Amino acid sequence: MDILPILATLRRHKMIIWLLMLEIALSCAIVCNGVFLIVQRMQHMEMPSGIAEHELVQIQQAPIAPSTDRYARAQEDMAALRQIPGVQAVGMTNQLPFSGYSSNGGVMLSPTQPHRTLNAATYFGENLLPTLGLHLVSGRDFASDDYVNADAILKSLADGSGKGFPMPTIISSTLAERLWPQQNPLGKLIWLAPKASFRVVGVVATLARANAYDTATAQYSMIFPLHMGAGKDQSYLIRTRPQDRQRVLTAAIAALEQADPARVITHARRYDEIRSDYFKDDHAMAGMLVSVIVAVLLVTGLGIVGLASFWVAQRRKQIGIRRALGATRADILRYFQTENFLIVTFGIVVGMAMAYGISLLLMMHYELPHLPWLYLPIGAIALWLIGQLAVLGPALRAAAVPPVVATRSV
Amino acid sequence: MFGYYLDLALHSLKRNKVLTALMVLAIAVGIGASMTTLTVLHVLSGDPLPGKSGELYYPQIDPQDARGMMPGTMPPLQVTLIDGMNLLRAKRADRQALMTGGAVPIQPDSSSLDPFYVEARYTSADFFAMFDAPFLYGHGWTGADDEAHARDVVITRKLDAKLFNGADSVGRTLSIGGTTFRIVGVLDGWRPNPHFYDLTTGSYNYYDQVFIPLQTALELHYDHNGSNDCWGNGTGGAGGIYPSATCVWLQYWVELDTPAKAAAYKQFLVHYSEEQKALGRFQRAPNVKLRNLMQWLDYNGVVPSDVRLQAWLALGFLLVCLVNTVGLMLAKFLRRSGELSVRRALGASKRALFAQLLTESGVVGLAGGIGGLLLALLGLWLVRHRSSDYAALAHLDPAMLLATFALAIGASLLAGILPAWRASKVAPALQLKSN
Repeated sequence: MDILPILATLRRHKMIIWLLMLEIALSCAIVCNGVFLIVQRMQHMEMPSGIAEHELVQIQQAPIAPSTDRYARAQEDMAALRQIPGVQAVGMTNQLPFSGYSSNGGVMLSPTQPHRTLNAATYFGENLLPTLGLHLVSGRDFASDDYVNADAILKSLADGSGKGFPMPTIISSTLAERLWPQQNPLGKLIWLAPKASFRVVGVVATLARANAYDTATAQYSMIFPLHMGAGKDQSYLIRTRPQDRQRVLTAAIAALEQADPARVITHARRYDEIRSDYFKDDHAMAGMLVSVIVAVLLVTGLGIVGLASFWVAQRRKQIGIRRALGATRADILRYFQTENFLIVTFGIVVGMAMAYGISLLLMMHYELPHLPWLYLPIGAIALWLIGQLAVLGPALRAAAVPPVVATRSV
Repeated sequence: MFGYYLDLALHSLKRNKVLTALMVLAIAVGIGASMTTLTVLHVLSGDPLPGKSGELYYPQIDPQDARGMMPGTMPPLQVTLIDGMNLLRAKRADRQALMTGGAVPIQPDSSSLDPFYVEARYTSADFFAMFDAPFLYGHGWTGADDEAHARDVVITRKLDAKLFNGADSVGRTLSIGGTTFRIVGVLDGWRPNPHFYDLTTGSYNYYDQVFIPLQTALELHYDHNGSNDCWGNGTGGAGGIYPSATCVWLQYWVELDTPAKAAAYKQFLVHYSEEQKALGRFQRAPNVKLRNLMQWLDYNGVVPSDVRLQAWLALGFLLVCLVNTVGLMLAKFLRRSGELSVRRALGASKRALFAQLLTESGVVGLAGGIGGLLLALLGLWLVRHRSSDYAALAHLDPAMLLATFALAIGASLLAGILPAWRASKVAPALQLKSN
């Protein structure tokens, strides 16, 4: 197939060709960046939490009048929850992975260092390893004599005595590797305040933070053995088999209300709901991106169909002459297909540059990595396919033009 | 003449129905998507207190210790209790309010209602006057009530409807966490969006239901909601145990009705910081910021970045649709070169042809615009049914309705001008000959 005659024809429709190329370039740029953004969101949504997500239910409650002894209340409540048939473990926590509202602390490797090394999630709670189903990779879980009442710690920090420190802590393997690369973290000390030191006694494989916005720091987590007492901001956690969750949840609410009627249950849900709630905006965004990409390709495709139809109608006579001069149907078909391929290719070349430019703009305004080269061919292939698909109909119609048309005047 | 052009346009459009539908649909979908996302952006970046926001300021001072100090760092986003009370009692602004968020249990008198928790605002007295909060019944409390730790409470219309069936409840009592309060006022459906006076509890769709004098709430150890930021040995507390003295966890707002007063207040903040440093409480050189309400919202980036991205994405899509329409329109007009050159040969001027063709593209634009508006309404309906915090706010206001039409007509005329201009350049006789 000779390309030169096609190029000569294209030169006669400069403005339309430019417009079509511009449209293809824009589509290509949007598709490349759009697909990249979708993949980013999907990776974000698949972030591991490190916990047994489908086996957990959470209950938050609050007293309707100031309680007399929050610590005793919590122990009684947990004892009541453990009695429910089907309950495998009961724990308490101040936050959960992806629960949104978070508790974090600045970590230091010495009490006098001027800047904090990093910020990590501070999980305060009881019996978290077995309840959350965390995987201990080294060291040990907390023993019962590791636990202290939160008040005692707050008091020790407020008066500056530092009594009760260093406390034991269990940290995530990501945090351990970041703080002490290639070293054994067990026995090492960290500080959250000049007087608040903690000794690492265990390392868990993964534990995501409550506000895991940034993938790089999403797994920086620490667990402290603290009795927090019953309160509005604390959660009771129950681990059970997935199929028992609803039954256990109902029984747990009844058990808590029986143990102390003077309270309000503010939340009672399966952990799955917490996770899907946290990622709902990413989900919506990914959905929107998919719709825009489909719409852009559809509009571009229909535009190509429209323009190609015009050309075919306009060139009926020329096609007839070519057919009369001996061109086969396949020749005509291939002519239009090649023409489309050329236009789309020019558009794609411009589109790649545009995609790169848009990616630079996005990087300036959003925390996004560079558009990987891998994504450029995706836009190219998508548009080549759409182009060929769109031109097929008009091209077949062109191929069907009989040679006799050449002999007719208009 | 216009009537004739319109007639020609409709005739021409009818001749190629599929293509006309395609062009109208492309414009409609592009405009629908753009207006949906732009409306969400417009609603979310709106002024929560139009006319008043320029006089409301959010002072920031830096009470942190010298550790980790770096030049150019911004002061903390909130104030400590000590500084907040000092600034409040200095009364250097026209009005001032110190506040923080919380949640309290309400015990209804009627046995048919179970106790429930509501979002609460613990604040000093000027809050209502400063933020133009409208009262349905009664009024706020006074500065004297603040100092007396009065058991006064202001509730919202929604809570009044729930507890008292919407009756005037001023003077009645309300049991909050075991303490009896006297209702002094009922707010009339006040729902500022974003929740500008405290962004730490969530920016959108967060509504406080009861308002309690700050010092009363602290005395009763009501639960604190929102973020805190500590230094030294400070700890954030838990529930009714409040953050330490070395933590910021309250918001402080002032009203200053002239720029001169704002400048003077900023000077006062510098002076206060120097004084505290001399006393040994502050360790850093005065680091003071005084942003007005809109600057504060902007600094905190309250508009979700996804919303901006969506608006750009939709505009990109609209651009593709427009280029598409320009191309199709151009092809269509050029195809009619024969007809157009006949009109030229019969005496129509270039300008007349241009006007005729522009009428045709205008009709496509108008149809696309109306379609776009309908699609925008559908789009906003879809947004409202999403579960985002701001979903409920997505409504088309008159300004955006006008903007939609302006965009539709503008976009399609823009799409029509180039093809109409190009096609009207046709030579009168040449086209006749070639056929």
